[in-house]
Amino acid sequence: MHVPDGFINAPVSAAAGVVAAGAVAVSLRGARRELDERTAPLAGLVAAFIFAVQMLNFPVAAGTSGHLLGGALAAILVGPYTGVLCVSVVLLMQGVLFADGGLTALGVNITDMAITTTVVAYLVFRGLVKVLPRGRRSVTVASFVAALLSVPAAAVVFTLIYAIGGTTDVSIGKVATAMVGVHVLIGIGEAVITALTVGAVVAVRPDLVYGARGLHRPLKLRVAGELVDAPDTAPAPVAARGSHRKVWITGLVTSLVLAGFVSFYASANPDGLEKVAQDKGIDSKTEKHASDGSPLAGYGVKDVGDARLSGGLAGVIGVGVTVVAGSGIFWVLRRRRTADTSPSQITETV
Amino acid sequence: MGAGHAHKLYRHGHSPVHGLPPHTKLAAVFCFVIVVVSTPREAMWAFALYAVLLAAVAYAARVPAGFLLKRLLIEIPFVAFAVLMPFVAQGERVDVLGMSLSVNGLWGAWNVLAKGTLGVAASVLLASTTELRELLLGLQRLRLPPLLVQIASFMIRYGDVITDEMRRMKIARESRGFEASGVKHWGVLAKSAGALFIRSYERGERVHLAMVSRGYAGSMPVIDDVSASRAQWSYALTLPCAALVVCLLGWLL
Repeated sequence: MHVPDGFINAPVSAAAGVVAAGAVAVSLRGARRELDERTAPLAGLVAAFIFAVQMLNFPVAAGTSGHLLGGALAAILVGPYTGVLCVSVVLLMQGVLFADGGLTALGVNITDMAITTTVVAYLVFRGLVKVLPRGRRSVTVASFVAALLSVPAAAVVFTLIYAIGGTTDVSIGKVATAMVGVHVLIGIGEAVITALTVGAVVAVRPDLVYGARGLHRPLKLRVAGELVDAPDTAPAPVAARGSHRKVWITGLVTSLVLAGFVSFYASANPDGLEKVAQDKGIDSKTEKHASDGSPLAGYGVKDVGDARLSGGLAGVIGVGVTVVAGSGIFWVLRRRRTADTSPSQITETV
Repeated sequence: MGAGHAHKLYRHGHSPVHGLPPHTKLAAVFCFVIVVVSTPREAMWAFALYAVLLAAVAYAARVPAGFLLKRLLIEIPFVAFAVLMPFVAQGERVDVLGMSLSVNGLWGAWNVLAKGTLGVAASVLLASTTELRELLLGLQRLRLPPLLVQIASFMIRYGDVITDEMRRMKIARESRGFEASGVKHWGVLAKSAGALFIRSYERGERVHLAMVSRGYAGSMPVIDDVSASRAQWSYALTLPCAALVVCLLGWLL
């Protein structure tokens, strides 16, 4: 899925580069907060792990085999910030060293494969872990669903970028069907492998799984032959809530930036393309090209100002609605959970 | 660890291209690729000139053509995609050898093939004339965040170690009679991946402790700072400048 040079036009590649750079900067700060000065060696080793595990072949049938993409796995194992960093570094090195994915398409590749997969996977994962009953099995189930959704999400983002700045006018419907169709299949494989891998890690070192940090059992002490709760259970939920809010805010900002900025660009750019095409020659070829009725050609010419505004607004409103709905669900769930847990807390404090 | 840490793509040599400071080479390749991408696809001769430019660089770097061509094979998946394009794209159609192909699709396929190949060739030339450590130093000189460069350097440094660890696990599995042949073996492979993650993470913790015990406090010491003279810069930027001239001609003609 590495996008080569020339597949996406220059302005959109640059815009994706800006988005990628911003997200990497945010994750650098986030990772430093999570890992302090351990960031470099740990994130580096995890990046090396992702790099290696992408070479691990999973035979499917009759000689074909697939491999892990790793975004969801990284997000669940080491957290969203470090995950974004690790996958981005892997992509950077693949681009510079192995010529896998074009240098100008680096922004597109990072936005698509590092940021989208990681963020989507992590949000889905945290949401499910909160909803599902606590336990190892729900971690496995949550990572399955997270990985399953993360791959088609990346395909959708790719289709979106392609719709804005693709250099050929294959109809967007066809691209979307092909990309999402294929990637749902890939996503199933990714989901199975990710769930099994996370399950294997949780079984041995549950403390290493970032996504399952809040799930450890309260410490029990054996006092005079019977088990008693250790007294330090209070700080854990506070920490969990803090990280939850952090994730929420970052997710909100990222999606707002993506939605607003990208869709603003979405309607602004084909206009530029069209204009260039018209500047280049008002001869027969260009006119045919402009009038052949492809969705790309029809995007931006008619009323640019309106389209820009409405595009950006639609994106922001969409994100807003999603966020309100999502946090409403979370809020209800949290209230229910605190209502469930409050009696025990009262007895404890009393 | 005492042996040279050259990666497999690096070709040792002492050509003028090898001797250039890494950040000038990185900047040159990056600018070149940008210029190539922004060239109009109708100017076919421009892409031929770009290829000639790259061939000149390869000649100056004494990189044999066979080596370069073999490395170009990495883009085969996208070649397959490009071949499909004329069949699925829309618009005016033309008959070639009895098949109805889209004109726009043909242009698109040509666009991706030409630009993608040139981009890959430029990257391959960069990788085959620049050592890994130099490459990282160059990235740092180009103002990539130091933390990102550190992460990348750890990834490169331990990439081989982790890959070898994975290979040893594979040998261990096979020596116990395991042979992965289908979906039913995914459990075993995924457990290996999980074990590999735990080993990598724990190795990271050990590496960090070893670094701390040697005085690491968040940033790596800069031992050899690379700098480039004006002559070296202008020598390196000859490639993108020549490409820019071609590109401008492509837009004007």
